[in-house]
Amino acid sequence: MSLVNLHQVHKYYGDLHVLKGIDLDIKAGEVVSIIGKSGSGKSTLLRCINGLEEYQQGGITVDGNEVTTEDIQVRRLALSVGMIFQNFNLFPHMTVGENIMLAPTIVLKKSKAEAEEIARAMLLKVGLEEKFDSYPEKLSGGQQQRVAIARALAMSPKVLLCDEITSALDPELVGEVLKVLEQLAKEGMTLVLVTHEMNFARDVGSKVVFMHQGKVWEEGDSKTLLSDPQTDELKQFIGAVL
Amino acid sequence: MIQFSNYDIISNLLFATQWTILLSLAAFIGGTSVALLLTAMRLTRNPAMQTVVRIYVELFQGTPLLMQMFLCFFGLSMLGYEISAWSAAILSLTCFTSAFLVEIWRGCIDTLPKGQWEACRCLGLSFLQTLRHIILPQAIRVATAPTVGFSVQVIKGTALASVIGFVELTKVGTMLNNATFEPFKVFTLVALIYFALCYPLSLYSKHLEKKFNVSR
Repeated sequence: MSLVNLHQVHKYYGDLHVLKGIDLDIKAGEVVSIIGKSGSGKSTLLRCINGLEEYQQGGITVDGNEVTTEDIQVRRLALSVGMIFQNFNLFPHMTVGENIMLAPTIVLKKSKAEAEEIARAMLLKVGLEEKFDSYPEKLSGGQQQRVAIARALAMSPKVLLCDEITSALDPELVGEVLKVLEQLAKEGMTLVLVTHEMNFARDVGSKVVFMHQGKVWEEGDSKTLLSDPQTDELKQFIGAVL
Repeated sequence: MIQFSNYDIISNLLFATQWTILLSLAAFIGGTSVALLLTAMRLTRNPAMQTVVRIYVELFQGTPLLMQMFLCFFGLSMLGYEISAWSAAILSLTCFTSAFLVEIWRGCIDTLPKGQWEACRCLGLSFLQTLRHIILPQAIRVATAPTVGFSVQVIKGTALASVIGFVELTKVGTMLNNATFEPFKVFTLVALIYFALCYPLSLYSKHLEKKFNVSR
């Protein structure tokens, strides 16, 4: 059954036509990598899925619910869609533990003890259980991103959107974040990633979507698509990044 | 003619200083309260509310505080609302203070990365929850130093209340000058008292600024 569905989505920034009729269907448990040149609309597409960006035509549903940018809708959506950002967006005035416990306590109305239990479990999952009381600024970029993943997981989302989450990291820190994602994929989490990590897309991903000029140019099984691209644009793109 | 000793002059000025402090406090508390409300209005993405705030700020930043006091005091009483000098002074100083604070705070809130708002939205926090738990705690740290710094302007602004007849430091200074004909002595003392009120606040503001910069 489809978890995320986009039907003929169009998005404009003023006169700029950014998304030109996107159709996309993501099933539960799939790991979908969205690739493409910068400016091809990848991030915009991702941000439309959880209501951070408005779209002007077409429809998006997540778990059967229509996505809009209305506050009330976005908040309901937040219960099933988690998002991780390129620059982490941790709350700098809170400890790692508080960062993770915030939404479970004030949005899901869990008790402090319950929230702490969740937070510790999630930190264990990303391998940072000893950082519960640290402040984000004391952590490396890779660690901060893993905390951000733990924070999103604490809301037990059905799908996790990852917006270039390794792009701001030093090369030696990318691996630890990808390892966490790989583990999540094995556990059956639905992941939608905007990424430049082609190896990850091929080895862990189930599906690759290549975007070009605001359209889904080519999509398919990740291994087939990346080893046997059909269009010149994708061939060029793969040639450029590998 | 009554003779005023130095002791009389100083004790009268110090007594009047109480009213300057009281008026400053009232204006500052009133100003921060109104500025909080205006800041919240500005942060909602409602264009009508934002326009109201923008006009308010332009109006009270773009006209002299003295005119605001005149309009408050004489204008309102001409319209049939009897208003005391004390109330008129507080009212106009509150408007003045809030119009500046709301702009100062806007700058502070705008320095926070947009990602903080987005992260909250993605976690399902409401607008007010985001403000309370994420934006305000961070913005307050940034805003404290310039806000304390601005309180100096409020204290100096209270001097204008003397013109509408409110008896505070400047007014008493004028009265003593009229009685003693010693402007140099009297107004030097008045200025020194203002300085004694303002300088510690300036120092404190600088101290806060340093503290904030270090902890970043």
